[in-house]
Amino acid sequence: MSDYKQMWSELGLDLEAHDALLSVLGGAYQDVFLSQKMRPEGMKYFDFVMSEVHGFRIKELMDAKAQGRIVVGSYCVFVPEELILAVDGVSVGLCAGAEFNFEGAEEVLPRNLCPLIKSAFGFKRGLVCPYVEASDIIVGENTCDGKKKAYEVLSPMVKDLYIIDLPQMKTNTGRALLDEEYRKYMTALENASGKKITPESLRTGIEIVNAKRRAVKRLAELRAADPSPISGLDALLVNQVFFYDDPVRFTKSVNALCDELEERVKKGEGVFPKGAPRVMMSGCPMAVPNWKVPMIVETSGAVIVGEESCVGERGTQWLTEEKGGTVAELLNNITERYFKIDCAVFTPNPSRADHVKDMFERYGARGVIHYSLQFCHPYIIESGPLESTLEAAGIPVLRLETDYSQEDAGQLKTRIEAFIERIEG
Amino acid sequence: MRAAGIDIGSRTVKFVIIENGTIILTRKCLTSHDPLTAVRSVIDDAEYDMLIGTGYGRHLIREHLDCTVISEIKAFAIGANAIRPSSRAILDIGGQDTKAISLNNKGEMTKFEMNDRCAAGTGRFLEIMARALGYTLEEFSEAALSAKRAENINSMCTVFAESEVISLTARGALRHEVARGIHKTIVGRSTALLRRVAPSGEIFFAGGVALNNCVRKLITDELGRAVFVPPDPQAVGAYGAALYAMFGKKS
Repeated sequence: MSDYKQMWSELGLDLEAHDALLSVLGGAYQDVFLSQKMRPEGMKYFDFVMSEVHGFRIKELMDAKAQGRIVVGSYCVFVPEELILAVDGVSVGLCAGAEFNFEGAEEVLPRNLCPLIKSAFGFKRGLVCPYVEASDIIVGENTCDGKKKAYEVLSPMVKDLYIIDLPQMKTNTGRALLDEEYRKYMTALENASGKKITPESLRTGIEIVNAKRRAVKRLAELRAADPSPISGLDALLVNQVFFYDDPVRFTKSVNALCDELEERVKKGEGVFPKGAPRVMMSGCPMAVPNWKVPMIVETSGAVIVGEESCVGERGTQWLTEEKGGTVAELLNNITERYFKIDCAVFTPNPSRADHVKDMFERYGARGVIHYSLQFCHPYIIESGPLESTLEAAGIPVLRLETDYSQEDAGQLKTRIEAFIERIEG
Repeated sequence: MRAAGIDIGSRTVKFVIIENGTIILTRKCLTSHDPLTAVRSVIDDAEYDMLIGTGYGRHLIREHLDCTVISEIKAFAIGANAIRPSSRAILDIGGQDTKAISLNNKGEMTKFEMNDRCAAGTGRFLEIMARALGYTLEEFSEAALSAKRAENINSMCTVFAESEVISLTARGALRHEVARGIHKTIVGRSTALLRRVAPSGEIFFAGGVALNNCVRKLITDELGRAVFVPPDPQAVGAYGAALYAMFGKKS
């Protein structure tokens, strides 16, 4: 690890705080992931990625920069990776999943704010996220009010912040807005990288990202088996690494993992006993290292078989159409694809309930745990009607609202255990 | 055969043994800073064939006493259904949790809600407010019952409510009217939870706070629904656990 000290220091990280963070992360990873039984061999790759998440991968980013490629950091699935790849850039998700330096975040943000936003600021102000420091551009997006206004506060703290505006309704006007925003964003990327997007480079970008999505879809479908060949925690980790890793290597590694899981399914092997209670998660994204609720669920005897989440199927379920001879046509395909994302910032957002029901059936779940980050109004408000719709369809729902702290772990465990008892009958 | 249930709450440990469906022993003690010793003090000389643990401290005894555990939500559902099959909702206000549970016509739990994280509006809240007003718990509830009107208490947070109470009394508010206001805040919160989870049917009121006459009366008035309080509202969870030890999933 000492090899990286100079790199971290050149990136301007606070080495002492960063060491402390890595040691906490390492300990948590040991407790949450490495202690699991019957882990697939294919997870070793992801263990490696996580152990080197601030090391080897950052070195790769620095090497890419040295070759004249740009690094683009973002916080949301509405930022199309296809366009970043089309200028030969590197796309990375930025750190926002841990309660780190919230005091620092609260110096510039209100206390009562979603932990994901506070975490992003805690990392930035604490100088411990090498991804944010290595980014040539950070791309924000106007999803919820919290993020939208927080980007105004973030702007003077970072080198180059670019904001994509987003529609709030799935109307023709909304679609036109998204199309226009992506067009402007494409130009911004061309200017930042000094590279012109061609139909070929854009198609290549689309193909690379589609391959990555197909791989995680394949993983998702394998979890329909009973017993599930992989834990929900490990599957979540794969979906989290989706945002950080080199896309081609990631795809290859997920497919290798799936080959192994297919064998497991054929042999009827799994990580939990056959017939173990199956639940799916729905709601807010869980960024690394936010493993709190899945950890409680899976140490209470249930297995998580799907995530209706941005870090999960909401972010990956649709592919971008690859056909198109011009940049304009391909860009239109991108708009078409991203406009389908059923994020709770849209009003109304009926396709989300359909998607949850569909996943519930496909993966043989017996209950849905709705996960809201505290103060995330779009998801918290939507969870009420969603719960009614699902319960009316005979789907048991448990609604949870929590943040990144551990103080409510005992109460969460009681509720999750009772919910598992409910779905077991 | 003798089956035992132990409910390790945040404030009180409850222990029940049943034989042929009848309770033959009930014991309680304070959970204290050392729950395991508290547990041992109630079970050590007791004779039983099987034990099920529940309550906040259930995982502690699962490790130390090697027994199966169930959530207190399930334990209360089983206990309440055995005591009063006609109830369709359970309100349990304990030391640090408030739970509302709905039961279907077979007595199985369907939905439940629980306060998240802080102890606002629970038994602990009442204890601290009683002390702030210089009452014992019994005096507190009787004083609140005797008041014709209630002072308005806005805060549900124990710390803020305590300072609100102090500033009210400093302004000359009547002590028993402040007491009634405190009871009303608890009731408002609990009835909102109940309306959301179980909008109709008889309410089975359990947990230590069910012993409080004023809370009981205000809930009945507020909801206009029948409220049933079992003879020993604190022991319902332990009784449910004992029934589960005896009958398993059939209980």
